[in-house]
Amino acid sequence: MNKKLAQKYWKENLKYLIILLSIWFTVSFGFGILLVDELNQFKIGGFKLGFWFAQQGSIYVFIILIFVYIFLMNRLDKKFNLK
Amino acid sequence: MSLQLWIWLMIGITFALYIGIAIWSRAGSTKDFYVAGSGVSPIANGMATAADWMSAASFISMAGLISFMGYDGSVFLMGWTGGYVLLALLLAPYLRKFGKFTVPDFIGDRYYSDTARIVAVICALIISFTYVAGQMRGVGLVFSRYLEVDINTGVIIGMAIVLFYAVLGGMKGITYTQVAQYCVLIFAFMVPAIFISIQMTGNPIPQLGFGSQGHDGMYLLDKLDGLSTELGFHEYTSGSKSMLDVFFITAALMVGTAGLPHVIVRFFTVKKVSDARKSAGWALLFIGILYTTAPAIAVFARTNLIETVSEKRYDDLPGWFDNWEKTGLLTFEDKNKDGIVQYLADPQLNELNIDRDIMVMANPEIAELPNWVIALLAAGALAAALSTAAGLLLVISSSISHDLIKKIINPNISEKGELIYARISAFFAVVMAGYFGINPPGFVAAVVALAFGLAAASFFPAIVMGIFYKRMNKEGAISGMVTGLLLMLFYMTKFKFGWFGGGSQEDWWFGVSPEGFGTFAMLVNFIVSITVCQFTSVPPKEIQELVEKIRIPTTE
Repeated sequence: MNKKLAQKYWKENLKYLIILLSIWFTVSFGFGILLVDELNQFKIGGFKLGFWFAQQGSIYVFIILIFVYIFLMNRLDKKFNLK
Repeated sequence: MSLQLWIWLMIGITFALYIGIAIWSRAGSTKDFYVAGSGVSPIANGMATAADWMSAASFISMAGLISFMGYDGSVFLMGWTGGYVLLALLLAPYLRKFGKFTVPDFIGDRYYSDTARIVAVICALIISFTYVAGQMRGVGLVFSRYLEVDINTGVIIGMAIVLFYAVLGGMKGITYTQVAQYCVLIFAFMVPAIFISIQMTGNPIPQLGFGSQGHDGMYLLDKLDGLSTELGFHEYTSGSKSMLDVFFITAALMVGTAGLPHVIVRFFTVKKVSDARKSAGWALLFIGILYTTAPAIAVFARTNLIETVSEKRYDDLPGWFDNWEKTGLLTFEDKNKDGIVQYLADPQLNELNIDRDIMVMANPEIAELPNWVIALLAAGALAAALSTAAGLLLVISSSISHDLIKKIINPNISEKGELIYARISAFFAVVMAGYFGINPPGFVAAVVALAFGLAAASFFPAIVMGIFYKRMNKEGAISGMVTGLLLMLFYMTKFKFGWFGGGSQEDWWFGVSPEGFGTFAMLVNFIVSITVCQFTSVPPKEIQELVEKIRIPTTE
């Protein structure tokens, strides 16, 4: 693969990382820790929302994030004809 | 059938299975021994990673810990899962593309320096030894509680089993036994959780159950908040740690997870880069099943415990109370001599002391589940401890045979010779781990936290910058690793062991506990590395090319 294409591939990759890691930070450190008291004023079922993010929601989002990353990268590899 | 018989049966069957797998998957080459021939499928690798990662601590202690910490327990839940996002996005695919055997391999090659390699070997050895001692202890505890053998005998039986499949099969044997161990441990963890969830809330899914209503129509969490405050504890759904400290501990555990060598090497065992990504996803999914169930168990167990014992007559307590009192992990002292159990936050008035480790193990008995469930739990706890111990032992043995002997001491060693050294070092690693299991250093818990801090402060920045910052050179990386490592050691020994003048909570820097300090030391590592590298020479051309190569997942 030539240098220019490689750089383009890397830039796309970095863009995905920034978006996905921002979500990663928001659900855990944001919703689960920094904003926990604000979110705890809302409830879903028996869960206070902030508490739910800290002990359940963030983990579900983490799993989804990795699978989204897998999907995006496989698509990117295909686009650049990388096997 | 009696409980003892069930337990022997469950443990016998699972151990026979592990040994059978080990014989079937013997290692024939160093590549088999270190990275299972790089031919493991992503789902199998995901399961193996999950078993590797979830130790006796995750299986036995975590839910109990959370049940006493409430919201503060979230640091473990987010910390020990969120690290996988970092692993999947920032490390695993690139390290797989790099395609060698160990973490010191990467550090040594990327920073073109044997000094860097040796620093990495030392970090890997410290981290792995601290961990493995805890696992062997866990094996001993399970044996002594359930089989009524001496703790030391238990440790020796556990050693013999691990020895057999680690020395014979290397990474290949370990991987496929870990797949089996994952299945055993997750089944063992989920069955009692589902039973108890149905009992308490009517909902068979524990993740939903602990946010549901109990039989009295009250939400379980509201009830537990009420019970906790009534007895003088903090409200369950809010914590007692400062927000800053929760933030720092969570970050340290996440980054530490991503920097642990026994987890990282698992991604060397798959065929290609896209498989490394996939296995990180599967790994977190498999881990997530246990980690989302643990907080539910914590709530069930805590509520159950308070309702069963608080303000009840001691003579009327159920049989499990007696059983666990015998182990010394549960103690009752009738301070006001009224014959009634007062379980309160105030240490002056509290009469009941509960070791948090027993919450998971005693749970099926508290909920009056059948004997086979209890036996299953024992087999699951052993699977969790053995699988993690095996993964760590492999890191220790490959650090010695590959990173030290092959790469530094005797580069001309033959493949066969290296394999022999790998097996010999695995053997000695098991014996040493067993020794620590029988004579545990009093500071195991403190040192395990240290292991995460060390991984966060040393490996993580060096690897991430090795991939994402082409300009990073050996001077920067080495000075960063050494500073991070020393700073972390200094802070831990100062506040945990009282060295360098010691200090109490008020003396913590910025109010950050030693457990959370890894985050701070990691930041310092980044700053030092980047500063030093600005004033020293750019890395050689072939290293820059190496970095470009590992960023692109082509096979050639």
